[in-house]
Amino acid sequence: MLNMRDVYVVGVGMIKFGRYPEQDIGSLGGQAVLLALKDAALSLKDVQILMSGNLYQTSMSGQRVLKEVGMTGVPVYNVSNACASGSTAFREAVFAVGSGAYDVAMAVGTEQMGKMGLLGAPADPSTSPEGVLGTGLMPGVFGMAGMEHMRKFGTTHEQFAKVSVKNHHHAMFNPLSQYQVEVSLEDVLNSRMVAYPNTLYMCCPTGDGAAAAIVCSGEKARQLVGGGKMIKVAASALTTDPYTQRTLTFPDINTMTKECARQAYEQAGMSPSDLNSVELHDCFATAELLHYENLMLCGEGEAGRMIDEGRTALGGDIPVNTSGGLLSKGHPIGATGVANVCEIVWQLRGQAGGRQVEGHKAGMAHTIGLGSACAIHILTA
Amino acid sequence: MTTEQAATKRQRPIVPFLKLPENEPAYLAGSRCKHCGTAFAGDRRACANCSAVDQMEPIRLSDKGEVYIWSIVHQSAPGIKTPYIAAIVDLPEGVAVRANVEGIEAEPKNMRFGMPVQMYTEVVRQDREGNDIVAYKFRPA
Repeated sequence: MLNMRDVYVVGVGMIKFGRYPEQDIGSLGGQAVLLALKDAALSLKDVQILMSGNLYQTSMSGQRVLKEVGMTGVPVYNVSNACASGSTAFREAVFAVGSGAYDVAMAVGTEQMGKMGLLGAPADPSTSPEGVLGTGLMPGVFGMAGMEHMRKFGTTHEQFAKVSVKNHHHAMFNPLSQYQVEVSLEDVLNSRMVAYPNTLYMCCPTGDGAAAAIVCSGEKARQLVGGGKMIKVAASALTTDPYTQRTLTFPDINTMTKECARQAYEQAGMSPSDLNSVELHDCFATAELLHYENLMLCGEGEAGRMIDEGRTALGGDIPVNTSGGLLSKGHPIGATGVANVCEIVWQLRGQAGGRQVEGHKAGMAHTIGLGSACAIHILTA
Repeated sequence: MTTEQAATKRQRPIVPFLKLPENEPAYLAGSRCKHCGTAFAGDRRACANCSAVDQMEPIRLSDKGEVYIWSIVHQSAPGIKTPYIAAIVDLPEGVAVRANVEGIEAEPKNMRFGMPVQMYTEVVRQDREGNDIVAYKFRPA
């Protein structure tokens, strides 16, 4: 671990991702906070500092949550790091406790996207190079990221599409998932093309959601969990994209993820084979296969074969995105990184219901934000 | 419109690194770091690769390149015509640019990795003042 004291997760909560047009982020985040507090058997008065991850409603998002559930006057940090905002907020909570400055810290992630459509779409296309000088929108960028993998390794459209089939299947066992619909390989391949090779079912939806996690010191955690499992934050890594040949034009999500994974495994003193499940950033089906290699779950160029062999499905040797992933559970941006931590905690405690991985002792939560940032946490029990 | 306004109307590039000189062909401008040799599209204050300062020299980028990768965009923001071929084009100087590939139907079967392409320019729209906005595009060479 980094040069700080050990940190433990003692409470998590998330609301079902979906569409809540009648609510605001204060209300969404407030529900997640209350769930996490109940899970930890703590009161909001015990929480000494709050880190709030949000992208599109960043103005005082954490304070808006506290106005719903309790204005305790604690310090609040509002964190924005694109799709890694929630993970970055969680990491800040870990550091607040790890540094010794606080004993109990909370991270909350929120987002209300409604049906906002394509992220980053220009408000006025007549003044934008989008669609004239290629594309910078996410479906095309991740389409091209998949094409790069096809170019290097001969990965097929069907192999990418299988990610969507798998993650939608996993979501059938997660009542908090935005979508619970089985899709076949034919359904995925025949759904509307968004940006080749990503069809509609290979793109994560927009949506609203919130998740919260409470971390504390070892002493405090031992009091709280009693005879229950101590969930330790074994690694917390955050990287940005170093210069690589095309990254200024075409964001290189691979190099920064590989480096982040290397740091995380080193901090935890673990290797990829020690993990029992991984929640990774499958914003598009293409991304998931790239990250099998980036997170060293398989060797370079082996991701296509890995999905073909079912190794990352429930029942495989390293299940990936047991929650349904961003593709089916949903991706309310600021909430995503915290929700990934919730899933790993539930797996570690044996509370994951029909999607439980037996004998779960270590899991990884990974997110990336384009522009770019990569965050990885490894949790162990 | 006054004569003065008409006289100031001209062609404007869609991005600053597209140069439109009066009496010679349009070209893409770049810069290269004298310390580490990395080349970039457009001007820079310092090198994004080695962080060297005061080492950037202007270069002229080639109008011929190769398609590194591509996607076909079928769904975009309102007002953007689809489908179109979005590509990352590698130029011989070591610079990659985002571009549309035109002159062929937007179908996967028409595309291959590494296909040679030739740059050209085209007026794509007018701005509020009525100036022509010029973009660079690529077509199969």
